[in-house]
This record gives sequence, C-alpha cells and structure tokens, in this order.
Amino acid sequence: MKYLTEYRDAGLVHTLVDEIRRTVKRNWVVMEICGGQTHAIMRYGLDQLLPPEIELVHGPGCPVCVTSLELIDKALEIASQPGVIFTSYGDMLRVPGSGRDLFSVRASGGDVRVVYSPLDAIKIAQLNPDKQVVFFAIGFETTAPANAMSVIQAEALGLKNYSVLVSHVRVPPAMHAILGSPENRVQAFMAAGHVCAVMGYWEYPPIAHQYKVPIVVTGFEPVDILQGLLLSIRQLETGRFETENGYPRVVTFEGNRPAQDVLQRVFQECDRKWRGIGLIPASGWQLRSEYAHLDAETRFSVDQIQPEESPICISGQVLQGVKKPLQCPAFGGLCTPEHPLGATMVSSEGACAAYYHYGREAYG
Amino acid sequence: MDENVSTHYSGPVCPLPLTHTGQIVMGHGSGGKLSQDLIQRVFLPSFDNPALRAGDDAALVLPNQSTRLAISTDSHVVWPLFFPGGDIGSLAVCGTVNDVAMLGAEPLYLTAGFILEEGLQLEILERVVASMHLAASEAGVQIVAGDTKVVQKGKADLLYINTTGVGLIRPGVEIGGANAHPGDLVILSGPIGDHGISVLEARGELGFESHIQSDIAPLNHLVSAMLQVSDQVHVLRDPTRGGVATTLNEIAVQSQVSIILNEGSLPIRPAVAAACEMLGFDPLYLANEGKLIALVGRSDGERVLQTMRLTRYGEESQIIGEIKDTPQGRVLMKTILGSTRIVDVLAGEMLPRIC
Repeated sequence: MKYLTEYRDAGLVHTLVDEIRRTVKRNWVVMEICGGQTHAIMRYGLDQLLPPEIELVHGPGCPVCVTSLELIDKALEIASQPGVIFTSYGDMLRVPGSGRDLFSVRASGGDVRVVYSPLDAIKIAQLNPDKQVVFFAIGFETTAPANAMSVIQAEALGLKNYSVLVSHVRVPPAMHAILGSPENRVQAFMAAGHVCAVMGYWEYPPIAHQYKVPIVVTGFEPVDILQGLLLSIRQLETGRFETENGYPRVVTFEGNRPAQDVLQRVFQECDRKWRGIGLIPASGWQLRSEYAHLDAETRFSVDQIQPEESPICISGQVLQGVKKPLQCPAFGGLCTPEHPLGATMVSSEGACAAYYHYGREAYG
Repeated sequence: MDENVSTHYSGPVCPLPLTHTGQIVMGHGSGGKLSQDLIQRVFLPSFDNPALRAGDDAALVLPNQSTRLAISTDSHVVWPLFFPGGDIGSLAVCGTVNDVAMLGAEPLYLTAGFILEEGLQLEILERVVASMHLAASEAGVQIVAGDTKVVQKGKADLLYINTTGVGLIRPGVEIGGANAHPGDLVILSGPIGDHGISVLEARGELGFESHIQSDIAPLNHLVSAMLQVSDQVHVLRDPTRGGVATTLNEIAVQSQVSIILNEGSLPIRPAVAAACEMLGFDPLYLANEGKLIALVGRSDGERVLQTMRLTRYGEESQIIGEIKDTPQGRVLMKTILGSTRIVDVLAGEMLPRIC
C-alpha cells in the first residue's frame, strides 16, 4: 500500500536503528504521546530493536483511556433512557463505568449504535425525528474538528433532537502536567503526529523551553517512529531542547487553519478531569454558550453525576509514564481486555492493551 | 502516584472490574474469549463428555468399533441475508460441511432447521433454499431432514438457519486439534479476511466500496485431495469467527505447543489490508468461511502445499509458520522487521478504533 509499505520497510528500519545505536551514549527516557504510536511500537516489536540505553514510556494520548469515569457514567445514564439513540465510536462501548459499560446498556435494551463519524449521528437524527440522538464527543484535537462540525451542521439543519456529550481533551496541558510533576522521568517527547496535523506545533516551543525537553513531532509507522526517536536522541545527546518536525509529510507549523477555526467557533477551553490522572486546568474543550442548548449533559440533567473512583489499578501512572503496564500487579491476571480494570487495558490504543496483545512476557 | 505529588492530580483512579456475569452480550457470540468462557462456565459442566471436551470443529463419535463419525452443528444468523459472494444459505451449508471436514471426515448428510419471521417474503426464502441446494450439490452432501418454525413479527430478524452435518472418517485418518507436533508446518489455504470485510461492506459499515467477495466455499474436496497425498496431516481447522489468530491459539492450547507465524508470509488481499488499515481491524481476527489451516508433518509439507494449490479453493495456499515446543499454548509472530510479538485470541466483539 502506497504511503504505508515504504514506512514499514525492514531495510530502512534497520538503518535507523543502527543510526540510533551510533548516536546514543547515555540513558534516556523518551515518551511517545499517542496511543497509536504505542501500539505500533508493540505491534512491530520496535522496543526489542532499540539499544538498552533508551527507555520508551507511554503517554496519555489514548482518548478512550483518559475519558473520565464521570463522563462514562453520564453516557451510561443517557444511553439507558427510553427514546434515546446513543451513538459512539466503537472503542467506547467496552469502557467500564461504575459497574457496567455501553455493551451492557445495549444488552438491557438501550439503543446504542457504533458510528464512524459524528456526521453519521446527524443522519441518524434526521431519520429518527421522534428520538433524541446523542453523540459521545470524545478525543483529542484530532477528533474534535469533526465533532465540532456536527454541532454546526445540527444547528444549520435546525435539528432539535441532536446533542453532544463533550469530553474533549488537549495535549499541551497534559504535557505541562507530566513535566511539572516531581515524579516526572520524561526527558523528551515524541509528539502525536495526528494531533499536530490539526493543530500544527506552534504550541510546543514554549513547553520545550520552559522544561528544557526536546519535542519531536512524530508519525505512526515504524520508520516514522524511529525517525522521531533518532531526532530526539540527537537533541538529548547534544544538549538541545528544540521543537522539531519529524513528520513533515503530514504536519506543518501552522496546522490545519480551517479546522482550528471550526474548533474556536464551537468550543472554549475548560478544566477537565482525566481518568487515572485527575483534574488538569484548561485541558479540555466544552461547548461555547451559543451552543449550550446542544449539550447533552444539560438536556438530560446528568450534570450532578459525580462517581467515586476506586484505587485498584495504576493506569494513572501508566498514562503519565511513571510506571509501565508490567509493573501493575493486576496486569494480565485480574485485568485483561475482556475484564479491564482500567481504561488503558480497554482501547486498542491503550498502553496496557498493547502490552497484553503483543508482548506481555519475555519470549525467545 | 502519591497524593502529595501535585495539586493537579487526584491520585490514581480506576473503575471496578466488569465481569458481564448476569447477561449475554454480543461478545459472547464472537468466537473469542467470551465465547470460550460461556462454554466453560455454562455448557461443559452440564453436557460434559470426551467428544465435546475435545473442542474440535466437529465431534468424533464411535457408534461401533469399525465406524467413526464426525458430527457438527451450527446456527446462522448473519445479517444481511445476502452479501457479496454469498448468502445465509450457502453459509449454512458450507459452514457445517467444513466443520465436519476438519476432522478429515467425508461429509455425507445435513439437516436444516429454519426459524422464519412472520411476514418474510417467500421469494427470499426460495432464493436462500436455491443457494443451499447449489452449495450442497457442490459439496456432494444431501439435506435429509428439516424443520420449520415461524415466530411472530419482531421476534426474529427475517430468517435464521441451523444445520447439522454427519460425515464418515476413513480408517487411518487421525486428525484433531490436539495432534500438532513440534516441527509441523502451518499451511493456510488462501488470503484471509475476505468474508469479514464483505459482510461489513454489505452492512454499509465500511463507508467505501471494497469489491471484496466473501470466500464462502465447501472445503471437503480440498481436504480429500490433501489426505490422498499425505498421512501426515495432523490438524485441520477452518478459521471462521475470531479469525486465524483465535483458531491458532486454540490449537496451541489443545496440543500444548507453540505456533510461530511469519508475518511476511501471511496472504492478505490489498483491498482487505487497506480496509483494515482504515478501520483499525487486524486481518488475523477477521472471519473466513472458505479457508482452512493445516498443520502438516514437515516432510510432507511441500507435497501437501502443491496439491492444495492444484485445487479450486487452495490455489493461493501458503506456508505461514511452524510448530515449536515452547512457549506452550502460545502463538507468536516474527514481524517483517525481525522482532517477535504475541498473537492473542480475540477478546470480545471486534471494535473499530476511534482515530
């Protein structure tokens, strides 16, 4: 497949690995922000190819993993109500709330549907004028523009039966939270290429300077990831802390301006709870007041739901790169993809799921 | 994380485990781990016997000392009823014929039970039955008993079919999931994932046209051809729900061996690979309805492979891996980059990825 096969080329991969081996002199901890990158690393066994000086830790960039329990419980409550068609990206159906998930709601008679785009949810709303259609708008800067567009479309179409349950999160505040923590071990970031395709990387130079960490915009195929890693290691070994673009075939400094405009039009910054991490100031987006009537939280009166989360798993530390999945006592035993304790085990982008599926123990 | 780390963090938080104990969810029908759980927890304790416990595609029974029969049953609830390359009728015949053939048996007779929804157009039923007739003729089996029930409108989705098949195992044929030996080669009879993608397309869930046809086919003639040239065919399995990954994991556990796949040898059509890239699916977990996996003694591997390639449904056969001693019960894959990773069973329902 064009644009994929060449970025999985074994020859190129080994050339990059050799160059990384030649470059690295000291021990370094590098975080890949995005869960898609984590999965590529595990799926292709890239960590096995790297020299022992380099430790990769896995970042919070899995939208399913970081959506707060509170939001999930609100989703479950709304989806259980009669007359509601609850639409969601597929991953979210298995994420446990306080005691059940959207699969269970569906099994109990709730109308829960998987959609591939929020615009599909708009179509469902048009076809079902007697039902309330709710879209679970989760994700980072990557999914936010399409979700914002659905709000604009619903408004333009005058749809009275469409609303969104918004749980958007932003990457830069999470990087601040990770770097500002006394437990932080991260010395360089491979930034999430898809997020940067939308947002550009103009937000990152101040972070790189404030915390003196290299930030390299990185893609998702093996060659992309190793390229991002090589640029990071070169900076670390020469004492630089710059923002570099290792994914120029997709990402520009400014990003996708029309998409950013749509985001500005529909959303405003807000504090947001992250599952496993907690409240991070100004780390989320919520609907602007002009669109408040499309907010499912208000429409279905679920804003009072505030569940207690119990401290069983370590997904919080995993999401911040403090610990690895294999350091969790529940990993692979009490906690498996069928019976996840934490969201990092649920999503196909979650770090624990990546370890579980591709490399949960040492093998020959 | 300690509570004094940062005022921003409320500490590690985590939800309670979900066990789905009280209720059937769609994942129980996926052919993956949840299906296995259901068998272990609900069915085996009540029905336990050696034939069932063997856990093969068909049960091996011995009505007398000289006769060995293979019996299998399968219910078909596929939606939509018609999809590119097949329909519920061809699926109902081929699915059971193939399960019987996977013990090395020659399928002889089928039964067919129909559950029809009130209001179903007769023309639809006639098309499905005509398709069953065609598939049965090709396989060389007779449908010798049947049953029809009609349920109220809304109590079923148009039409469900159950088929049961019986076949005869020739003397000397010893095939079963527990018979894999270290050193065996793993042969796959053609590209994987066609059926899974074709059904998704028919449901309008792809969002684009793939032109992929389901691979539905009766595999009993392919199996006969293989058994004619080799007595070293140890395991046969058709990787339907749960895909090649789940099927190989079952064999690895049954035979207490390790299965090492070679990623570069896996036959996958470009259109299937592209659809999987876009949706976030792994072709190793997609359903197939006209493919088989054979574990064959190394000395006979090439001969069996060449024989398979001469048959209609085995033209694109490939050796995709080999059997080793350890780690027992595991399937590993040598990636195209030279690293190794685990290939696990399908957990529940396959979910499209968010982004």
